[in-house]
Amino acid sequence: MAAKVKWVTDIEKSVLLNNFEKRGWIQVTDSEDWNFYWMSIQTIRNVFSVDTGYRLSDDQMVNHFPNHYELTRKDLMIKNIKRYRKELEKESSPLAEKDENGKYIYLDFVPVTFMLPADYNLFVEEFRKSPSSTWIMKPCGKAQGKGIFLINKLSQIKKWSRDSRTSTFVAANSGKEAYVISLYIDNPLLIGGKKFDLRLYVLVTTYRPLKCYMYKLGFCRFCTVKYTPSTSELDNMFVHLTNVAIQKHGDDYNHVHGGKWTVSNLRLYLESTRGKEVTNLLFDQIHWIVVQSLKAVAIWAFPRPPLRFHFMINIHITYSPVMNNDKHCFECYGYDIIIDDKLKPWLIEVNASPSLTSSTANDRILKYNLINDTLNIVAPNGEIPDCRWNRSPPKEALGNYQVLYDEEQALSENADLRSRSGQALGSKSTRSSSVRPVPATWK
Amino acid sequence: MMEEGADLSVTIAQIVHRLKGAHLHSQLEKQARECLHRPEIKLESLKEDVRSFLKASGWERKLQNAVYRELHILPPPGHPAAPPEHTKEPLVYMRKAQASWEKRILKSLNSMCTELGVPLARKRPVSEQKELTNKWNEMGTDEPDLSKFRPVYAPKDFLEVLISLKNPNYDCREGLTASSHWGLIQISLNVRDIPQMREAYPELSLTCSQLGIDDHAHIPPDLFESEHIRIGKKVVSEQDSAAAQQYSRQGCPTGFRAQLWALILNATNEPEDIMHYEQLKAAVIHHDLLVDNLIYKDVKLTASNDDYYFVFEDFLYQVLLCFSRDTAVLEHFSYNSATPPKSYIQGKTGAEEFTVVYPPNGVIPFHGFSMYVSPLCFLYNEPSKLYSVFREMYVRYFFRLHSISSSPSGIVSLCLQFERLLQNHLPQLFYHLQAIGAQPLRIAFKWMVRAFSGYLSTDQLLLLWDRILGYDSLEIVAVLAAAVFTFRAENLMQVTSLASAEAVLADLSTLKVMPLLQVFLFA
Repeated sequence: MAAKVKWVTDIEKSVLLNNFEKRGWIQVTDSEDWNFYWMSIQTIRNVFSVDTGYRLSDDQMVNHFPNHYELTRKDLMIKNIKRYRKELEKESSPLAEKDENGKYIYLDFVPVTFMLPADYNLFVEEFRKSPSSTWIMKPCGKAQGKGIFLINKLSQIKKWSRDSRTSTFVAANSGKEAYVISLYIDNPLLIGGKKFDLRLYVLVTTYRPLKCYMYKLGFCRFCTVKYTPSTSELDNMFVHLTNVAIQKHGDDYNHVHGGKWTVSNLRLYLESTRGKEVTNLLFDQIHWIVVQSLKAVAIWAFPRPPLRFHFMINIHITYSPVMNNDKHCFECYGYDIIIDDKLKPWLIEVNASPSLTSSTANDRILKYNLINDTLNIVAPNGEIPDCRWNRSPPKEALGNYQVLYDEEQALSENADLRSRSGQALGSKSTRSSSVRPVPATWK
Repeated sequence: MMEEGADLSVTIAQIVHRLKGAHLHSQLEKQARECLHRPEIKLESLKEDVRSFLKASGWERKLQNAVYRELHILPPPGHPAAPPEHTKEPLVYMRKAQASWEKRILKSLNSMCTELGVPLARKRPVSEQKELTNKWNEMGTDEPDLSKFRPVYAPKDFLEVLISLKNPNYDCREGLTASSHWGLIQISLNVRDIPQMREAYPELSLTCSQLGIDDHAHIPPDLFESEHIRIGKKVVSEQDSAAAQQYSRQGCPTGFRAQLWALILNATNEPEDIMHYEQLKAAVIHHDLLVDNLIYKDVKLTASNDDYYFVFEDFLYQVLLCFSRDTAVLEHFSYNSATPPKSYIQGKTGAEEFTVVYPPNGVIPFHGFSMYVSPLCFLYNEPSKLYSVFREMYVRYFFRLHSISSSPSGIVSLCLQFERLLQNHLPQLFYHLQAIGAQPLRIAFKWMVRAFSGYLSTDQLLLLWDRILGYDSLEIVAVLAAAVFTFRAENLMQVTSLASAEAVLADLSTLKVMPLLQVFLFA
């Protein structure tokens, strides 16, 4: 009889536990021999740290990449995307092409952002260019909308102005928390007069080569209160933030639908009111954003060129003697995207540990299926994992996932650079016919 | 032969009479006057030249669409000696039943009014008017105390009335035999059976392609979809109502369904339509009606809890509150078996000259009424356009779903058609269900009254409504109800109570409408 997978978790959520139990897997503690550890992000630090970390064996899998924070911490995500764009520019890649105003044509998908207090002066310069604009302040290390506030006057962020030449590291030590400040998107697309954002789930099974999958059943989260850009409502977080954790406490929160819409509803609405072509373009751009953001952080994955030292707040130096840890990893990210009224998508942030709490019955089913489909891909047939698995799941095993980008396939197909080989998502018409206006160089 | 010619000229006269003085008439006159300056208009051939100009500039097409619209709502030619009630509803016993149902509704409304001490209508104080104007786009955030208000009636109350309908000329006391009707409807009307439906709905056949089936992801678009889309674009650019209606039988592509439906219904969004809507909005601001509370309550109970439509809550108020005040809706009562309720100005009961229609549009909303509007919110995001389309849908189709009439699209015929279709197609299932006290109509009725809104997923519902518009009939709703039972027949044969039958049929959100219809009618 085949040995049963031994699992551990430090997240007590039914959608997880039910999935493990239904596979007949055996629960163990982390001090015992385990095959599968679904861990919180605090735990992952310990597993891969220099002091307390340990080498994982071939039959052990974990649900995070050691350097996920390069993507999931707001300040690092911005840093990496900026770095990635500069690198492409240096290589004269067509992807880094700019328009007559100096804006990237294909890579302008994050709102203008600065680190505070480090970039305070740069921020002030930008702020003064359009003094009537609104900016959103977000603490780097928090989630669920905690600690976020809006400002439209420099005086509101006075305390980040001093010591601006200090690095964010020193700032933390001096008791000042690191924040990012981004240009607030004050022209979001409204549906029924309400603001919403998109939550999409993306599974990455390896970064080098990059293999990522988009969950078809993403959803829109609507604000329960009518959107108004008026300055008097800046303090009303129910108007501006779409985090369910915040909306849940508003008077109008509904426990039947939870203020959520499926992505297919969104598509139907946009196709019916705006037309099919622009809707397809929007979704193509969203897929593009996800893949580019993953490519931007792929350099942090093992194995990688020259080892480098870098400093992370409250985290140990990540130069680690534990090589090739990444083959033990996969990760399911929660991408937050906002669409503006010109149908342009913006990447707001990426979550390493998307909430597994269910706010409605539909929600529970969705998250249960999400974990189920994820496990079917990373632990095929429910068998003891082997970190050397080929990471090429057959189509039938994908469940509700669709291949977003498969770098291995793209490179091996030796395809014409202008065609989108390796990228399976796209509207029906392009699969059989020719090239679309959006850039198609995916290599 | 002579009569046909006479009928035709009567029809022409009627339509001309209706269009005379309408906005389109004055627009055409204006266009004709202005085109006189054009070089191609010659005095010798004035009439022909003006005609050609109107044709080339698309105005003739607009007139055609308007005539086409009138033809839709024109009642069939009747006997010159027939009273106007005959046009509303030819069968006396139906008229009587409708009248007594209306009395009941009005009684219920009046007693609620007295009980709660709320007037039927009230002028708003200026401060309240200001507040409402500011809140116009977010009435959903208002939390008025609605606990005391009850819906005036729910579909199941209406069903009981329909079940008790009896034709005094028809004796149906014979017992339950193989040839008798096993369902709840006790009257006999001429409804189409499967062979007749096949003849009338050839575009749904297995050999004919359509959206909802042949646009599936695995089917290459060159086979049907691309060509259908190309034709659709042409229909829209030609702005031809009749062509759009024919086209819709095979389904409307999502990208231009909104334009196609507006074309079929001849629902425009010209400045005069926008102005009309603004006037209605002003009426809402000035006066508060008792029925407004019924509307609020209905939206809060139905659409606000719906996974698809909760987003559009505010649009629903903006449409339904205006709808209640739109006296233009009263026109449709000439061919509706219903009659608008009348009320008397305070203190002048009985004096004919002091009667007012209440509500102003003559339609008292019932539980679930807002679901007629909800699906349209996916297509139109401009309130005046949304309003225009909804109103036309109502006066052409939806009114038939909650009034007692002999029309083939009326709810009575639909109930009968549903029962007959199911009994003839799956007699064993029908027999089993009625034997365990789970009469199929008791479950299917709520679907049909709402034309399936709120029961199907929206994309499927829109495909169904494409066909309602395409065939200008609600029969497809009865056919779909029978098809749903057929689809779940295996499970239904196992149940032993009404409750378990309801459970089997509780969730229709995964159903694909077109394959079900196709298989039921043609396979």
